[in-house]
Order: sequence, then structure tokens, then C-alpha cells
Amino acid sequence: MSARHRERIIEIAAPLAAGALFLAAWEAVVRWKGIPPYILPSPLVVAETLWRDGPSLLGSLAVTLRITAAALLAAVVLGGALAVLFAQSRLLEISLFPYAVILQVTPIVAIAPLIIIWVNDTFLSLLICAWIVAFFPIVANTTLGLNSADRNLVDLFRLYGASRWQMLRYLRLPAALPYFLAGVRISGGLALIGAVVAEFVAGAGGTETGLAYRILEAGYRLQIPRLFAALLMLSAAGIAIFAVLSWLSRRLIGHWHESALPRED
Amino acid sequence: MKRENYETNPIFSLGGVGKTFRSGTEALSGIDLAVAAGGFVSILGPSGCGKSTLLRIIAGLVPPSQGRVHWEGDVGRHIGFVFQEPTLMPWATVWDNAYLPLRLAGCPRAAAEAPIAATLASLGLAGFEKAYPRELSGGMRMRVSIARALVNAPRLLLLDEPFAALDELTRFRLNEDLLRLWERHRWTVVFVTHSVFEAVFLSKRIVVMTPRPGRIIADLPIDLPYPRDAGLRTAPDYADRCRAVSALLSETIA
Repeated sequence: MSARHRERIIEIAAPLAAGALFLAAWEAVVRWKGIPPYILPSPLVVAETLWRDGPSLLGSLAVTLRITAAALLAAVVLGGALAVLFAQSRLLEISLFPYAVILQVTPIVAIAPLIIIWVNDTFLSLLICAWIVAFFPIVANTTLGLNSADRNLVDLFRLYGASRWQMLRYLRLPAALPYFLAGVRISGGLALIGAVVAEFVAGAGGTETGLAYRILEAGYRLQIPRLFAALLMLSAAGIAIFAVLSWLSRRLIGHWHESALPRED
Repeated sequence: MKRENYETNPIFSLGGVGKTFRSGTEALSGIDLAVAAGGFVSILGPSGCGKSTLLRIIAGLVPPSQGRVHWEGDVGRHIGFVFQEPTLMPWATVWDNAYLPLRLAGCPRAAAEAPIAATLASLGLAGFEKAYPRELSGGMRMRVSIARALVNAPRLLLLDEPFAALDELTRFRLNEDLLRLWERHRWTVVFVTHSVFEAVFLSKRIVVMTPRPGRIIADLPIDLPYPRDAGLRTAPDYADRCRAVSALLSETIA
């Protein structure tokens, strides 16, 4: 018990210490070399800027997060539905899956301008861009999960005369849940990246601008500490999304899935 | 070798059943087998003799390439199947795993309470209803798997080397418990195994198979009286039967 406790403390303390050490070194180098803040601001200056500009940046963060959340939701719903459809028809899967791959490997920066031209509504165009980036892991993972139900269990369901719906509801969907959740965790981060990239391409979009545009703007004006502050916010948002999705995953499958079980060494 | 079809009241019979896989492998050839209602038949043979395939053909999970399976009456959905692995749903509790056959047959949860409680108790699983498979030992998981196969009162129970992966003590206990349940309920059992000792201990009748292609080469009754219990394992009668069946089996492999 106490050994486990100690391990837990080390798990938290070690990365914190490493981070503190890195920041201290950064601060020392900036001061010692006299690097001006428009080249590389020191951590203390960034913190100060974050404190000062934080409230005004928060509004922009909210815009970006709204796009991220909507894109992730769309990816979950459409990606999940597409995977279920694929699981029902092998023909449909082999017909459409290559196009999902093509959509995935095409760089979003290359197609974002087109989407922004084609779709009038800024929010919607940004949402579509972020969705394109986010939906593939969910489709790919869930399809894999739906097809990886235990073969003997599939036979057992057949033996008991299970309908297609019963097979899906009681076997394929629960078996796919861990795969789906792993996909959602990846997609959460990708949705944020997609939203940021789309905002970069779209530039100033109407009255409400996202955090990505704030970063661009700060760069143009050489407000590098402000750029760092915005960047910090963006990373924090990404980490928070990952943490929330991981927590959700543990809540949903923690009681049975191997990935969530403690290791007994 | 001479075989006689002495089964008078068969629940099903196989006529000239053969199976050739798409790969060209001939797994089974010319299988004639009738199994009496209430019988306990073991299919004994070395690995790769097609005994699992035969069991799957009986269950209707694999279509035969030649021949046919003839059923007496409507056994249809009243088949229980136990695999070599427990094959439980890891996301479901013991209770929900046992509920599966009833759920798929459209039985509401409330109506399933009584049969599930009785079946779990008969397998020593009372008190484990809310446990998840990962929390159980291998032997306990296999008990859940058997409970699932028995919960809807099957007429035919098919077991595919169910205890092969368990340690010896656990296997003995499960053999005895299975026999005790069979003596009480008298469903028909077809039990696939590669263990001579297990087959002799359990069965009324042993069907010996040889590989490439799988054929039946001997069909013999085990005339030891029931009820049989752990004491039988050390009895001279039991040793004699085991020796005889072993000799027969080594002949087939040679």
C-alpha cells in the first residue's frame, strides 16, 4: 500500500520536477543571454502576459472550442454510424472505405480553402474542416471493433437464432466500445488541430475569431509573449480534452476492459 | 472394425456425413452416428481428427459437404454449446452472461430470475451473480459457460473439450459436477475430448475417431454403473476400461 502510494507520488512529482527544471533553464538562458522578448520571451513574461491578456483570449478560446466540440460530436455520430453501416455490409465497406482513407491522407490545409469558398457560413466551413480531420480514427477503429467480436461468441449467437439487431446490440457494439473510445480519444485532439488549421486558413472570420487567428495576429504584430500565452492556452485545452475523454473511457469500460485494469506485478 | 448401431431411441442421427474445407482439406468422411436421447456420448480422438468439426456440424454451425443430419422431433433451439474456452462476454456480469440464451429468445429479465438462480446455484456460482468474468478463476469461468449452456433447459448439450485448458484438480471437480447434473436432468450429451480417462469416467458410450480424414473406427459402450463419483478413479474396473480404450486409440494413431 505504502509502496503504491510512493509510486503514485513519483508519477506526479517526477514530470512536474522535469517541467520546472526546463522552465528554470529557459528563464536563466533568456536572462543570461539577454534575449529580447520578441525573439523568445521568458516563462515569467509569458505567465504575466497570460494573466493580463487571458480574459480577452478566453473569448477566442471559447470560439475554437465550440468548433472543436461540434466537429468531435459530428465525428462521433457520423463516424460511428458509418462504421455500423460498414459492419452490416461488407460490400459497402469495401466500396467506401478507400475514400475515407483518401479524405484522411489529403492534407487539410490543401482542401480547407476550397471548403471555405464553397461553404458560406464560416462556423460551418470550419466545422467541416475539423470534422474531416477528426472522423477517420473513429470510423477505422469502430469498424475494426465491430468486426473483432469473438468468433465463438458469434457462433453462439447464431446457435441461439439471434437476429441481426440482437447480434449488433448485444455482441458487436459492446465488443467495439473499447475500440470506439480509443478512436474518440484520438479524434478529440485531432478535432482541435483541425479547428486551428481551418482558422489559420480562413483568417479573420467575421466578428468572432478563434484562438488560432489570435496567434497569427500576435505573430504579425511581433507580440511574441501574447503568441506564447495563446499557444499555452491551446495546449491546455488539448490536454483537458484528452483528460476528459480518458476519464469518460474509464467510466464506460473500466469495469471490464484489460486496458483499464491495474497491473499486479 | 465392426460397428453396430445399437441406439434405439435416437435424438439425432448423422448419415454419411463428410466435410471438405475450401482449402481442400478433408476433415470428415462417411460419418454414421446415432445418439440416443438421454445418452452421454464421448467423441474421442487425437488432435486434428475432425471431432470439433463434427460437433459444429451437429450444432448446425457448419454445413456438411456430404450426407445429412436427421433430427427426431424439434430440438432446434434447445441446444447448449460449451467451447474449449469459456467464451464469456467480458463486459457482462455472471448473471448477464447466463441470461444470454434467454434474452435472445425474448425472455424478459424478471421471468429469467428463477431459472438463472437455480442454474447458477447448481454449478456452485451462487453469490457470484454480479462478478465480471475477469474476476473469476479459469474453473469458475468454465462453470459460468456451462451455466449459460444449461439455463434454457436444453435437450442436447454439446461440449467441445471444455476442460482441456484447466488444471487436473479443477478438471476432476468439473467432471464430477457435470456428471451429477446429467444424472439429475438427463439431457443428451455429446462430449468431445482427447483424454481417455475423462471419456471413460463420464461416458455411457465412446466413439473413437482417427484423423485424415476423420472417420469413426470404434464405437463402444462403457458399462460402468451410474452414479459414478470420485471413488471410481481408483477402481480396477475403471483402469481396465481405460487400458482397453487406450490400446484402441494407439492402434488408430499407429
